[in-house]
Amino acid sequence: MKGIFREPERIILHSDMNSFYASVECLHRPTIRNKPVAVGGSPESRHGIILAKNQLAKRFGVTTGEALWEARQKCPDLIVVPPNYPLYLKFSKLAREIYYEYTNLVEPFGLDEAWLDISESNQLRNKDVRSLVDELSHRINFELGLTVSIGISWNKIFAKFGSDYKKPNGITFITRANYQDLVWNAPVEDLLYVGPATKRKLKAFNITTIGELACTDDEVLSMRFGKIGKVLAQFARGEDSSEVRPFDPSVNDVLHEIKTVGNGLTAPQDLLYEDDCKALLFLLSESVAQRLREYKLVSSTTMIHVRDSNLHSYTHQMHLPYPTNITSEIMQASLRLLKEREPLDGSHPLRSLGVRAADLSLPDPYFQFDLFGIQARRDKLMQLDHTIDSLRARFGNGSIKRGAELLNDRLLDLDIKRDNIIHPVGFFS
Amino acid sequence: MAEDEVQRYKRYVEVIVRFTAEGHMFPKEVIWEDGRHFVIDRIIEARRAASLKVGGTGMRYLCQIGAHRTYLYFEDPAWFVEQKIVKI
Repeated sequence: MKGIFREPERIILHSDMNSFYASVECLHRPTIRNKPVAVGGSPESRHGIILAKNQLAKRFGVTTGEALWEARQKCPDLIVVPPNYPLYLKFSKLAREIYYEYTNLVEPFGLDEAWLDISESNQLRNKDVRSLVDELSHRINFELGLTVSIGISWNKIFAKFGSDYKKPNGITFITRANYQDLVWNAPVEDLLYVGPATKRKLKAFNITTIGELACTDDEVLSMRFGKIGKVLAQFARGEDSSEVRPFDPSVNDVLHEIKTVGNGLTAPQDLLYEDDCKALLFLLSESVAQRLREYKLVSSTTMIHVRDSNLHSYTHQMHLPYPTNITSEIMQASLRLLKEREPLDGSHPLRSLGVRAADLSLPDPYFQFDLFGIQARRDKLMQLDHTIDSLRARFGNGSIKRGAELLNDRLLDLDIKRDNIIHPVGFFS
Repeated sequence: MAEDEVQRYKRYVEVIVRFTAEGHMFPKEVIWEDGRHFVIDRIIEARRAASLKVGGTGMRYLCQIGAHRTYLYFEDPAWFVEQKIVKI
């Protein structure tokens, strides 16, 4: 007997480290531990939003994503500390090391959350599920100085619901006996993948609780919402048989399979003219192409993401004539995409740009030579990139720069590739 | 002495360490900033733990140094102690 679960049933845990960034900061700064603390970007670089907050700040109504000045209006004594991603990555890794002592089936969901399938865990030979979960929670607290909320259920969706149910430091079992009480009475937005837009659409359909969603006919939902409607209803009923997918740390720290490679940046000042945009696009394309080369992948589609000073944003993409990981080809493609949509004459200020490489594949070892010397030119560009990569590997990313980047001195200190942090992941990925 | 008169600081220290052939690591001496050497007589316990007093996490060694017991943390790659400063 593994406790309250039926014998052949899976036992899935979802562990969520509470107020992760803020908790790590408070652990390292004992003097601010009993004060309202938030982790926020720098207002000077126009990244001035709340990324995370501790429980005390939460009590003042500080919410993630709001501007620092809004948060300070609610909580004048709020202490805002800058983010320290390498430290958060370290704690994320340490937590995973603890999880691996219980099972090899650990699926990270961002830096602070993970699913664990402990159905076959050796540890269950001499203890029940409750003791195992208590021990896990205690160890994270004792060894890392952080608290976790853990949800336990027979499927990933309800386990995730359970970890959100009681915070901080909660343990919630969602079983076949209690799910209709706990889950079905909860508002529909508490279900994974029901965001504000879906909530609005469901409300228009008179569906406000998870139970109402669960009891709505699949066909009706499919007709109204497409495929996702049926999937959400299945989630609401706990009919989720998706496996906990262990990840391969040698491929990537968090992701399982790389689908796209992208970087974006909010510029320190609005981008008005072609030269400003060119400098930032070079920086971004350089990072994207360099990462593609590291992963030994090529991309057939280039996408750009543009946000203007009114915070309106859009994406634009094009198919490339050759699969590539050459910096200047990705750069030229993204500049062309931008020019197709933007006047770049100072009349439409842009706030942020992003470059993404999609349609990834392994490089084809065989290629067609052409009559016009294009491949010979591409070979030269590849050799140039290879030389630049080896210089950067030896002397750092700032050791060699493009001329276009040097024209804008506010971009000089940026190292997009070094500062790139992957924040995944889609449940459906 | 009342507890609130003692303040703790995170003090990084130099440590002499013995590595066994199996790769285990045992701190042998702590070298203080003024050059004094404190020989560790015995390691009573070694486990991963967070230091809530001064902030940080790592392998925590409970060390017997003379008549005193103190925690020594290995926060890869540096060592620290929870230094006591008594306010008079």
